[in-house]
Amino acid sequence: MKTCLVVDDSRVIRKVACRILQDLAFETDEAENGAAALMACRRHMPDVILLDWNMPQMSGIEFLRALRSETSGNHPVVVFCTTENDVANITEALGAGADEYIMKPYDRGILEAKLAEVGLI
Amino acid sequence: MSEQDFAYLADVIRRRSGIALTEKKTQLVENRLVPVMRRFGFKTAAALLKELQYGHEALIQAVIEAMTTNDSSFFRDRKTFEEFRDIVLPRLLVDRAATRTLRLWCTACSAGQEPYSIAMILDDFNLVAQGWSVSIFATDINSEMIARAQDGLYSQFEVQRGLSIRRLVANFSQEGEGWRIADHLRRMVSYRTFNLLDSYGWLPDLDVVFCRNVLMYFDHKTRLSVLDRIGDILAVDGALLVGPAESMGGYTTGYAAAEGAPGLYYKAKPVPLRRRAVG
Repeated sequence: MKTCLVVDDSRVIRKVACRILQDLAFETDEAENGAAALMACRRHMPDVILLDWNMPQMSGIEFLRALRSETSGNHPVVVFCTTENDVANITEALGAGADEYIMKPYDRGILEAKLAEVGLI
Repeated sequence: MSEQDFAYLADVIRRRSGIALTEKKTQLVENRLVPVMRRFGFKTAAALLKELQYGHEALIQAVIEAMTTNDSSFFRDRKTFEEFRDIVLPRLLVDRAATRTLRLWCTACSAGQEPYSIAMILDDFNLVAQGWSVSIFATDINSEMIARAQDGLYSQFEVQRGLSIRRLVANFSQEGEGWRIADHLRRMVSYRTFNLLDSYGWLPDLDVVFCRNVLMYFDHKTRLSVLDRIGDILAVDGALLVGPAESMGGYTTGYAAAEGAPGLYYKAKPVPLRRRAVG
């Protein structure tokens, strides 16, 4: 079973995303900010990370840069999932090592399409 | 809606568009008529149907458009586009190397997602810069869909279904809440409101025809007619792509299925007389 870490400071959004992912046969874990997500990745690297941008303590982009700088050989798929929908943000995220980008609000169909895009379903 | 009214409406729609409506779809038809009733000021479906009998052309067109299904997305049924990119196109690039001309037709393009997906693939091959003349003809019976396709502006939801983020950023520009297709891709596509029952005389000889999720709405006779007439304007070595789950079995002997590529057909070569079985 593939694993997904959902990183978002909104408990509701984490819950909704996890429910969709579990329906799609993913095992899910949650983190409420970048710092907690980094610790979770050090314990167990997931196959894919759904990542919000604006979070307290460590933002999504800071987390991604830290993750990409410290992982060697273990390269999880990172899908940004954010309301930061400008091209400048998207370009910055791709430059930092994001694999895909979901613009909020999104629905199950979009999440499914993006996971298919990165070859996870 | 009474059985008699439904039968009358189904007959008008079949004659004018080829779309076959069965009585199982009565509820769906009634729901789809509501916005037309509102637009033209009819209080009941019966009143609308009565007016249809006087040949009110704008009303007939609106009713037909209301019956069409316009659900689409970029790179819908990915397999079809992989077959186009990996099987059809490489062969055409060799066969058309002398003329450097490609002519394609999307028979039911809805809001333009299919022709623009094709344009993106052709753009990946950088054909225009290499001197190729590329034309995509895109038609739909629904004039509102054609207007949307020409406009080329899509919502955030629409661009997130089927497009990778890299394709989105490379081929669209952000415009308010929406995303607009790049000019160089829009220039590759010529749009036209067109009924597949009408004459195909305005189309040139074609190298590839996309006829996906259309045939299923027609009765047997109309399917046969459409496929035969596509065959008439398809180049001898041209390709026809229907949906991967759509079968042409039993419709016509004019095409041969490509092996290992569901939904891809080539024109069947006539069997030479001396090879035909005798007796």
